[in-house]
Amino acid sequence: MNLWNGILDYILSAVPLGMTFLYGSTGEILTEKSGHLNLGIPGIMCVGAAGGCAAIQALHPAGTVHPALVVLIAVLAAFLAGGLMGMLYSFLTVTLHANQNVTGLALTTFGVGLMKFIMSKLSSVKYLYALPYFRYPFAESESSLKYCGVLFFFAILLALVCSYVLLKTRVGLHLRAVGENPATADAVGINVFLYKYVATVIGSGIAGLGGLYYIMDYAGSQEAYLSIEAMGWLSIALVIFALWKPHISLIGSAVFGALFIAGAYIPGIRELHVSMSSTPLLKMLPYVFTVLVLIVISIRNKRENQPPGALGVNYYREER
Amino acid sequence: MNKTIALELKNVSKYFGSVAANQHVDLTLYKGEILAVLGENGCGKTTLMNMIAGIYFPDEGKIYVDGEEVVIRSPKDAFRHGIGMIHQHFKLVDVFSASENIVLGVKDGKRFALRNVNKTVKELCGKYGFEIDPAKRIHEMSVSEKQTVEILKVLYRGADILILDEPTAVLTPQETSRLFDILRRMKEDGKAIIIITHKLHEVMAISDRVAVLRKGEHIATVNTQETNETALTEMMVGKKVSLNIARSEPVNPEKRLEVTGLTTVNADGIRVLDNVSFSVSSGEILGIAGIAGSGQRELLEAIAGLQHIDAGSIIYCDPKTGHDVNLRDKTPLQIRDLGVRLSFVPEDRLGMGLVANMNITDNMMLRSYRRGKSVFLDREKPKALAENIIKSLDVVTPGVTTPVRRLSGGNVQKVLVGREISSAPSLLMVAYPVRGLDINSSYTIYNLLNKQKESGVAVVYVGEDLDVLTELCDRIMVICSGRVTGILDGRTAVKEEIGLLMTKHDAGTREQEG
Repeated sequence: MNLWNGILDYILSAVPLGMTFLYGSTGEILTEKSGHLNLGIPGIMCVGAAGGCAAIQALHPAGTVHPALVVLIAVLAAFLAGGLMGMLYSFLTVTLHANQNVTGLALTTFGVGLMKFIMSKLSSVKYLYALPYFRYPFAESESSLKYCGVLFFFAILLALVCSYVLLKTRVGLHLRAVGENPATADAVGINVFLYKYVATVIGSGIAGLGGLYYIMDYAGSQEAYLSIEAMGWLSIALVIFALWKPHISLIGSAVFGALFIAGAYIPGIRELHVSMSSTPLLKMLPYVFTVLVLIVISIRNKRENQPPGALGVNYYREER
Repeated sequence: MNKTIALELKNVSKYFGSVAANQHVDLTLYKGEILAVLGENGCGKTTLMNMIAGIYFPDEGKIYVDGEEVVIRSPKDAFRHGIGMIHQHFKLVDVFSASENIVLGVKDGKRFALRNVNKTVKELCGKYGFEIDPAKRIHEMSVSEKQTVEILKVLYRGADILILDEPTAVLTPQETSRLFDILRRMKEDGKAIIIITHKLHEVMAISDRVAVLRKGEHIATVNTQETNETALTEMMVGKKVSLNIARSEPVNPEKRLEVTGLTTVNADGIRVLDNVSFSVSSGEILGIAGIAGSGQRELLEAIAGLQHIDAGSIIYCDPKTGHDVNLRDKTPLQIRDLGVRLSFVPEDRLGMGLVANMNITDNMMLRSYRRGKSVFLDREKPKALAENIIKSLDVVTPGVTTPVRRLSGGNVQKVLVGREISSAPSLLMVAYPVRGLDINSSYTIYNLLNKQKESGVAVVYVGEDLDVLTELCDRIMVICSGRVTGILDGRTAVKEEIGLLMTKHDAGTREQEG
């Protein structure tokens, strides 16, 4: 393999992989903008994947249902499964004022376990049949776009729409106000609890799509689900890299994707003279990178680039 | 003159538990006038205004807007009736621009575009004389600019009745006069304005009429032109009430603490303490009187080593060695290591004084845990101390293992004061020790302080009730906006005199900082 082909192959694998991070981080950004740090994202992505795969299996045997409908139903099921997890998280943290970190970590543990259980009960034959449906229209082509399916483009669209809503609309302004200073938002008549619920549930639903995308669009294998949790954690790190802006997350997701598979691709490109033994070191890259990003952002300390002001702090309405 | 009534309160009352914050208050506000609401701390001014703004709901009485009876249950309701309140503590989103803050929560059905908001804001600015950049972010703004945004927020929503809660407290004299120009222009435009303030000279300067509140009751409403500062003070402080607190003559007073030229500047660049000088002797109680937030807290914290000091010195005269020690820029631990026996009962009992979730014994140990050589804690002595305090001060509690947060306010205060006194201080500082306490508990605290005084302790007492101050203290220092405006003899001082000193702002002398 020559150098350029190797690098091209690397990039063409990294960018689609990054879309998994993009789903996760877009969902997490929506949630964090409402002032809730949802550490349940890895678990939510897992549950989304399980929900989607279970729905596809239910539609088996193939042929009886239109391929586009299979994809649509799987997407809805993944969104619903993620959204339900988000609903649980919201109920615990918004209504019952439970600690956000503890709740999130519990949901991750729960979600990962639940997914492993469901996936072990599913027959891979009965859900992987739908792989070509997801990669439509490029599934059969030999072009470099063969990695990109419908969910690839949907991720980009979602990130752009979320950015637009957050920055340019009244709803976005209100959501940001809720995350920055809920008491102020409450005083001007914004329904703080409703905004927190809706943002968290929609955000979790989007994250759930990330899990489905990874299995059915990117990886397409039986064991793929085992990596989703790690990707979920990196999605949360990507939120920081993206400075809480989904459109920056677009670029960040490609970077994270490239770092995540560096261990698998870099030693394979012979011209770079990287030994196979350095693979474990290369696998550390995304985490090292996250630490570096945190350091840089903390040093620059620009007000606009800080997390939402009330992130991680539950809102108690003052007694009237 | 033909005046239309904008807002009318009839027989409005509000109770918090058994305490009446407002009782049978009647108030009338006309269009195109500025009404000043004047009163001491805790007289119910802010509660009254919060009822108009929809933060509290009155327990009885009626509110009329433009002659029609209205029910105001939330700030939203208040806006619907054209009432807007500018709170003392700004409610703004720091990372948003002025315009974003102004439009926040407005649902006018129009397409959302910040450009249009900016235009409307600029129009309002031109109309009333504000100077503000709509795109500037709040965290880059000065205090007065933030206040401008708050006022614009209310005007943008079309309010005709504006309530300003102590708007000048955070402003320099120059900014204050600019604000007053704007208020006058709004008045000419037909807006009805209520301004809450302690500062008498501002009342005289800006208002058309003055409503005086005292202890939750409406005393009188007078035309500003027909009154003067002395008459207003008298209405504000009321007649002397005799409390019969025992007061002994100081025995062998020796200088214990001397503060000279103490100055501290807070994060907003405001001088919270400005060249404060005084001394306290052993065997006396020095009272500190002042409107809340005049620098009392900062003064005590500066002496206790909790506050950064920008200038001045704090000299402690050690009664044992006779040496003088400068406490400036020392941490509480360093102060204790120097052998200074200083006890501090802070205003915020459960925040600074005690740990609410810990039991009484463990709270005792906060003072003594450094003693002892073993790695294990000695709980016996603190437990004995806790039991002793419970017995001698009649603390009502199931036992020493009860978390402090389960005790009532009076009992919490007894535990705190008891602990502080038990360390045999030579200087005892107490801030609002009887706040929220019933009569009996209050007298227990007065007696404790008197006992400390008789045993030769120098006591600094920050209080708000002028009757108590004039009966308990040997000398009374009055501070106003961080400056000492007078030190009076507690035996001869009269409330009116203290009241005047508390509001003696000499306008124009303060320069803007930072």
